[in-house]
Amino acid sequence: MFHWLEKNPFFFAVGVFVVIAYAGLIEILPNFVDKARPVKGLKPYTVLELAGKEVYKKDNCIACHSQLIRPFKSETDRYGQYSLSGEYAYDRPFLWGSKRTGPDLHRIGNYRTSDWHANHMWNPKDLVPDSIMPAYKHQFTNAADLETAYAEAVTVKTVFNTPYDDGIKPGKEAYEARLKSKIIPEALKVAKATKREDLIKAVKSGKVPEVVALIAYLNKLK
Amino acid sequence: MQSNASLEYDYTVAKWFTWTAVIFGIVGMTIGVLIASQLAFPDLNYLLGEYGTFSRLRPLHTNVVIYGFTLSGVWASFYYSAPRVLKVSMGESKVVNGIGKLHFFLYLIAAASMVLSLGMGITANKEYAQMEWPLDILIVVIWVLWGVAMFGLIGLRREKTLYISLWYYIACFLGVAMLYLFNNMEVPTMLFSGGVGAWYHSVSMYAGTNDALIQWWWGHNAVAFVFTVPIIAIIYYFLPKESGQAIYSYKLSLAAFWGLMFVYLWAGAHHLIWSTVPDWMQTMGSVFSVVLILPSWGSAINMLLTMKGEWNQLTENPLIKFMVLASTFYMLSTLEGPIQAVKSVNAIAHFTDWIPGHVHDGVLGWVAFMIFAALMHMAPRVFKREIYSKSLLESQFWIQTIGVVLYFTSMWIAGITQGMMWRAVDEYGNLVYSFIDTVSVLHPYYAIRALGGLLYLIGVFMFAWNFFKTATAGRRLEQEPRYRSPMA
Repeated sequence: MFHWLEKNPFFFAVGVFVVIAYAGLIEILPNFVDKARPVKGLKPYTVLELAGKEVYKKDNCIACHSQLIRPFKSETDRYGQYSLSGEYAYDRPFLWGSKRTGPDLHRIGNYRTSDWHANHMWNPKDLVPDSIMPAYKHQFTNAADLETAYAEAVTVKTVFNTPYDDGIKPGKEAYEARLKSKIIPEALKVAKATKREDLIKAVKSGKVPEVVALIAYLNKLK
Repeated sequence: MQSNASLEYDYTVAKWFTWTAVIFGIVGMTIGVLIASQLAFPDLNYLLGEYGTFSRLRPLHTNVVIYGFTLSGVWASFYYSAPRVLKVSMGESKVVNGIGKLHFFLYLIAAASMVLSLGMGITANKEYAQMEWPLDILIVVIWVLWGVAMFGLIGLRREKTLYISLWYYIACFLGVAMLYLFNNMEVPTMLFSGGVGAWYHSVSMYAGTNDALIQWWWGHNAVAFVFTVPIIAIIYYFLPKESGQAIYSYKLSLAAFWGLMFVYLWAGAHHLIWSTVPDWMQTMGSVFSVVLILPSWGSAINMLLTMKGEWNQLTENPLIKFMVLASTFYMLSTLEGPIQAVKSVNAIAHFTDWIPGHVHDGVLGWVAFMIFAALMHMAPRVFKREIYSKSLLESQFWIQTIGVVLYFTSMWIAGITQGMMWRAVDEYGNLVYSFIDTVSVLHPYYAIRALGGLLYLIGVFMFAWNFFKTATAGRRLEQEPRYRSPMA
């Protein structure tokens, strides 16, 4: 049979494909039957938090930080309750990471405050002298891309029925309205909690620095 | 493998890919040494402002070495060796040759856009699948072009039986195609947002645990079908050609090929052990990873036994050195992986530096060594010149070997140290170490790893120089060398 296959490229390719694809069929598909169900009380990310998640992605925090607490006592002692599948139901993409050069962040919102984060992102060594994490000072001057975050909220609401309120709908006008009514006030709260005048001033002027969105996102992780 | 003097092969496309392999090798590995050094000496994070932090550079390193260096090496080898085993020149068909050239140019555009967009922080943030949807589409086009070139050549072939290397190239093509398509299913936000936000942004079709499953089904098998399968294709062609020895066993290559195809895809779940993925999937991933030793070692042993009775070549020919050590590193790496996939070992190893250590003994010792050997074997044939310097090749081999050994030994120690410290408890059951203790302790190992990487990089520069001089200043050859590559 193999000799015959080696002379018939088409059937050879079909054979290879079937043999490769088989594993996916058995191992991957079943989980999609139960599609991701949120744990009780899980709320989707606000637009500001989504913008923070974009900063988390852009500066590629997953290079060094996981968001997955494994079910060992040493991990629950250090980070809190082990992670549950349903907690990730609104994570597109998932951000578990694969390397812990720094600590896990899945429940960072439980034990770090906004001003701690602001000081830490400004210069990690101020708080943890031995830290090898770089300072992310540019996040204090770059503006968060709220518009794209809003577009993401609209998209997941439309395509995946993520339970957002009726204020999230397509179009520039809806975005502007949301910005005034919800996003900026939420950002101002975070900025005030950081106790940094520059951040408060920036948000008041209508420009939300990346770090404010990022802190909103990190605070949501609990 | 008979020689075929009557056929003049057109190596244009192969030649182009050899140069991109050299260039991306230098770029990708230079970034690698920089980010390795950043972990030991964090002040190096500030060389390039916001674009120079470890976190921003790491995806550039991985993507440039995987999709730049490795794929260029694979395609150079493919466009060189596939016509030869099929006994048909690229030059015989304008269509196939044109598609090969288009393949190269679109690849250049994609690679450049990839470097730019990842540098700017535009990313889908799934590891080894960071590119956003416009680039994903371009990559699908490139992949299809390669497929058309491959099956075009096969359609025109004079040699009716497909040689082993081609089995692996076909598998690489199909496997990556399937995995890439599924893993990069994403919804562009521009379709629904009504003109709000960045046009290139997208959200993954899958959420949370499902996304993780698809991602590591891909992530692991990108390793399989980019770092293993086409590299086996390379060694099955270039080792016999360089040594003048026939493959040791056809049956072993048959068993190893079909075994690898069947087993590899199951193993992806071993990246998700102790995660929220259902337990039975984790166990499957674990079990199949151990089974995977068989087909992996099957190929490696087949290669080593091919040298039976000709081991003197190991001392005489640096290219044989590269290839034999590559097979050995392949064996090491494919034993180490399954060990890490055992659940209890994984509990310690996961999230630590042992994982990048494992990856790098595979990619530096196996993948890159094979690509260097293949490019150097090609050089006298495509440039019709003698290899510029044998002693440079010899020194490169030893410097790089020392580099790899420093790399993986330091990362073994670092990984196991950190894994043990994370879980260490005192007599009352309290954690002994704060997290930062487990970071500070790694400093010497990070420094050693950076040194290992630097040695390896020096070897890459030696290779690049040697290759460049071969192409431009090597002694001209009258006749194509049959087996051992001539070198000065």
